Amino acid sequence: MLNIKKLHKSYPIGDSSLHVLKGIDLSVEDGEMVAIMGSSGSGKSTLLNIIGMLDEADEGEYILDGVPIKNLTEKKAAIYRNKFLGFIFQSFNLINYKNALDNVALPLYYQGLKRQERQEKALFHLEKVGLKDWAHHLPNELSGGQKQRVAIARALAANPKLLLADEPTGALDTTTSYEIMDFIQHLNDEGKTILIVTHEDDIAHMCKRIVRLKDGVIMEDVIVEQVRASQHV
Amino acid sequence: MIKFLFERDTWQEVWDSLSKNKLRSILTMVGVWWGILLLIGLLGSAKGLENSFNRLFGDFATNSVFVWGQSTSKPFKGFQEGKRVRLTLTDTKLVEENVEGIEFVLPRNQNQAFVVKDFLSGTYGINGDFPLLDKVQKKKLIRGRFLNQTDIDENRKVAVISEDIYKQLFEKDAEMIGELIKINDMNFTVIGMFEVGNVNMGPSSDIHIPFTTFQQIYNQGDQIGWMMITGKPDADISQIEADAKLILRNLNNIHPEDKRAFGSFNLGKEFAKITGFLVGMQFLTWFVGIATLIAGVFAIGNILLITVKERTKEIGVRRALGATPFEIKRQIVVEAVSITLLAGFFGILSGGWILIGLDSAFGQGDEAVIVNASVSIAVVFISLIILIILGTLIGLIPAFKATSIKPIDALREE
Repeated sequence: MLNIKKLHKSYPIGDSSLHVLKGIDLSVEDGEMVAIMGSSGSGKSTLLNIIGMLDEADEGEYILDGVPIKNLTEKKAAIYRNKFLGFIFQSFNLINYKNALDNVALPLYYQGLKRQERQEKALFHLEKVGLKDWAHHLPNELSGGQKQRVAIARALAANPKLLLADEPTGALDTTTSYEIMDFIQHLNDEGKTILIVTHEDDIAHMCKRIVRLKDGVIMEDVIVEQVRASQHV
Repeated sequence: MIKFLFERDTWQEVWDSLSKNKLRSILTMVGVWWGILLLIGLLGSAKGLENSFNRLFGDFATNSVFVWGQSTSKPFKGFQEGKRVRLTLTDTKLVEENVEGIEFVLPRNQNQAFVVKDFLSGTYGINGDFPLLDKVQKKKLIRGRFLNQTDIDENRKVAVISEDIYKQLFEKDAEMIGELIKINDMNFTVIGMFEVGNVNMGPSSDIHIPFTTFQQIYNQGDQIGWMMITGKPDADISQIEADAKLILRNLNNIHPEDKRAFGSFNLGKEFAKITGFLVGMQFLTWFVGIATLIAGVFAIGNILLITVKERTKEIGVRRALGATPFEIKRQIVVEAVSITLLAGFFGILSGGWILIGLDSAFGQGDEAVIVNASVSIAVVFISLIILIILGTLIGLIPAFKATSIKPIDALREE
């Protein structure tokens, strides 16, 4: 599914530059659920952004679903993001003047689907996250957990191959966090490949594999016994 | 691209983002609304002034010059200075035959006379005229007819009177056609009555009698009071005036450089001045209107830049979800054009209302200063096209600004 070799990334800071990723090798198979952990500044978000094609690596190889991701124009990156990837953000990033349904339908709009089809698909995914009755509510009428569920529905709407979650529970309390993780685990059970960036141990242990980053290199890469979130709810 | 403009989603997006902050959208539109309103209001008023002007002079051959004899100021060919100059019918004929670009030359005579009808009387201007006068200076006849060639040929004692004289000499609602009035103790039959126009060129014309009759009763011989020379529509009236005077000096033994021998009033020149003023006013109107419009459109660009800045994160999210930079730019440009056009539409509408208001306040009746104040459809279209062009151009600035930020940076924006 995903293959990364000797990935380097540095950011210029004034005259010098900050070497954030110092040769990352990582490969993820279909159906995996991987937690990327590390303290702040370890490069975990940068790695996720490169995987999400929001940022580009300086050096190294990145192959996603057999497609080498290299020298992308903005337009191509946009098309790949739309086709391959679903994003879940810490701060949800819903568009506040669009209702839940329209938010979920947005990636479908950029796929060029017809309105009718978009609405149907969006409603289907909203139902899946249990928010069918909230379809016509604006984000500010929803709770944090509900917002994240809308965001998950939106990430799923375009039927991506890979789901990328950047601290998906970072803005939520423990109970809601576990609810969200329960959703994500179910998605994984259905075969979705999922990458989660987190710094919380309990969230990481709800994944099947933990990759620990420190100072731009992978310190540890272990398969763990998955803790089901539903046990805690 | 064209198809995109007809999709409901496009407009839904525009509506969503405009209605998100209604107050700001409205304030943004004020600039363009005001610009278009000024443009339409001013252009319409200018047109109204022009119309009223044209109505005043519409019945008048404006490409004309009046020439009359005065006294010489230089001795010439044995004549002393101070010789009285009188133009004659022969002069008229020769001017008409020899000056280029002339439509016709009309000799006229005038005198004051004591006019009596039964027990009412007054002193009025009596004009000796040819039927041609009606062509040069259209008489609006309320009753009867104007002078005709037979009146001239037979030296008939007939008179065409103005409405004012009718009111002064006749009983209210009395029949005037066929009635006799006494001019200098001679009976004249009234054959017509005309309405006094808004503008009177030359001395007031109260009563018109046949030119030949005038000659006879005042014993004028060949002499005339003044001549009215009308040029063809595209002829240079100043040149005609100069040429005519040259010939007249020649015919009357007047020093070639004697400037005072003939008096003249060049209506064509004066008219051109006013027409030029109207054209200048229209130019000014366009200038002010479009300058205001540009200022308004810049205000829109400015606000959109701020909006784009505020929406950086949203734009980042959209791009993360797969919006291409082109799609983002297109959306912003369409928003810019929509808001410009919407403002323009309201501007045209309120400009129209102002014109309607002007029309009902100043545009009614014969004395109206502003007649049919309006703008043509062409003007409306031109302004709309200008708006679309300006809106697109100004929309490009925030559009490029929006996509110049990398999505990753846009998403980090708080």
